[in-house]
Amino acid sequence: MARAISTKRKAVFTVAAWIVALIIFFPILYTIITSFKSETEAIAGFNMIPSGTMESYGAVQDQYNYFKPFMNSVVLSVGSTILALLIAIPAAWSMAFSPTKRTKDILMWMLSTKMMPAVAVLFPMYLIFRNLGLLDSRIGLTVMLTMINLPIVVWMLYTYFREIPSEILEAARMDGASLWNEIIYVLTPMAVPGIASTMLLNIILAWNEAFWTIRLTATDAAPLTAFISSFSSPQGLFWAKLSAASTLAIAPILIMGWFSQKQLVRGLTFGAVK
Amino acid sequence: MGNITLKKVNKSFGETQVIPGIDLDIKEGEFVVFVGPSGCGKSTLLRLIAGLEDTTSGTIEIDGRDVTGEAPAKRGLAMVFQSYALYPHMTVRNNIAFPLKMAKLDPALIDKKVTEAARVLNLTSYLERRPGQLSGGQRQRVAIGRAIVREPSAFLFDEPLSNLDASLRGTMRLEISELHHQLKTTMIYVTHDQVEAMTMADKIVVLNAGNIEQVGSPLELYNKPDNLFVAGFIGSPRMNFASGEIAAPFNAPTIGFRPEHTKLSKESGSWAGVVGVAEHLGSDTFLHVHVDGIGMVTVRTGGDVPVNHGDKVFLTPDAERVHRFDAKGLAIR
Repeated sequence: MARAISTKRKAVFTVAAWIVALIIFFPILYTIITSFKSETEAIAGFNMIPSGTMESYGAVQDQYNYFKPFMNSVVLSVGSTILALLIAIPAAWSMAFSPTKRTKDILMWMLSTKMMPAVAVLFPMYLIFRNLGLLDSRIGLTVMLTMINLPIVVWMLYTYFREIPSEILEAARMDGASLWNEIIYVLTPMAVPGIASTMLLNIILAWNEAFWTIRLTATDAAPLTAFISSFSSPQGLFWAKLSAASTLAIAPILIMGWFSQKQLVRGLTFGAVK
Repeated sequence: MGNITLKKVNKSFGETQVIPGIDLDIKEGEFVVFVGPSGCGKSTLLRLIAGLEDTTSGTIEIDGRDVTGEAPAKRGLAMVFQSYALYPHMTVRNNIAFPLKMAKLDPALIDKKVTEAARVLNLTSYLERRPGQLSGGQRQRVAIGRAIVREPSAFLFDEPLSNLDASLRGTMRLEISELHHQLKTTMIYVTHDQVEAMTMADKIVVLNAGNIEQVGSPLELYNKPDNLFVAGFIGSPRMNFASGEIAAPFNAPTIGFRPEHTKLSKESGSWAGVVGVAEHLGSDTFLHVHVDGIGMVTVRTGGDVPVNHGDKVFLTPDAERVHRFDAKGLAIR
């Protein structure tokens, strides 16, 4: 009897979970469906079955070069992630293995910068970028994205490093490893799963970042976020083309996320249970 | 080489003083065991010698050289940790070779030394495995291998056997002792287990609350404990203590007598008591006898003793082997 009830409950929860997941996923699904419609179909009202035309994709590729913003997205997200890791690994190492009384405060302070609305510093940042000649440049935006995501990268790595028994690092010290040898040969290889999931998450965050990438770029350094937004106004609203552009923009990161979901889940729950 | 001298070594963590000031001389080739209850500062003392903790004051000398401010690797010591502290992402071979690689030795020489260490420690067939694929005892041997290839002037062991089960602990104890005889290198070994201390040490250092209570050979500590702490800590089962009227005939405020130096009789003796729990070990029996005026007294007798719970018995301590202590707990000799 008890078994029957638990099976029934399980079925109810499973169905509920699927419904919630479908609701969350629906906007993305409908965007993809709309991208395979003609413009007439797209404004005709709700319809889940597209005619399957590729004309919107063709139009997007003809009018705008998809490859350039795509490459910009790749350079910005990967570049800012590498830069962030180079800064964050030593920072997280020192906070995890050589903490002071102020370490927790510094970590909290770093996180608090993420709580401030970005728009609050829009003007100063814009002026700094303009005066340094960094507007619409890959370098400027890479630095910007690094700064934005650095607190999260340091936090995540700090959590992973804390899980590594300090005795192993002490053993390395006894074995004659210098500080850098310790980080390169012992700490980093042991933290590879953690570093990998931090890297993946950071690439996704940088790929999706739309506030600064849209405002600080025009054409040369514009990534896919700017590519999508450029479709929304100048020629009126073309739903099918906008959907095709959006699908092209999210496809790479969606595919990457799909293949690395195991790593991501492990990364995000690492340390939650011992 | 391997003389280690501590001079007034003091360690405080913030306001808390862990080691108030220790003087100790460890001679070349000695097997020295630091023993004491948890929190007595024995591991801290070992870490100070290793250089993993900085001394607050005092000096540490190795072979006459002041190493107080030197980095761990510069001290020429090797350490085996309680948790083995192997590098989980490296094979056994690379684990053992790691200190040699850090010292930038010639790869051919590294290979030779690793092969030799693996032979000595019976690890040859496991060289390509990772630590995760080994048993506890094998992991501990890898940790020892990593220590011996460096040919250090002294080995430091921090409770290396406490993660192993009882029978393996016995085997590893013998292996480490055997290794000491082969290498003849100074070894400093930290444990809370007085059996390990008694069976392995040339010299035992008994620590309590950061202070050295007594330094001596295992039998010296057993036969002539300096104070109540050492008397109670060394020896298993622990020494019985009595004070007041019971101790008065011995001209001391407190006396101590070991379970194995107490005679049991059903007819007559110094003190009458009632048998409580009897622990039969086969070779020995530990009887816990309730004696008025003393409390629970442990008696060690032969394997077959015809006494049961609730029986009335008489106890007599071996007068020659009664330890006397003054009001401060120091031995009267």
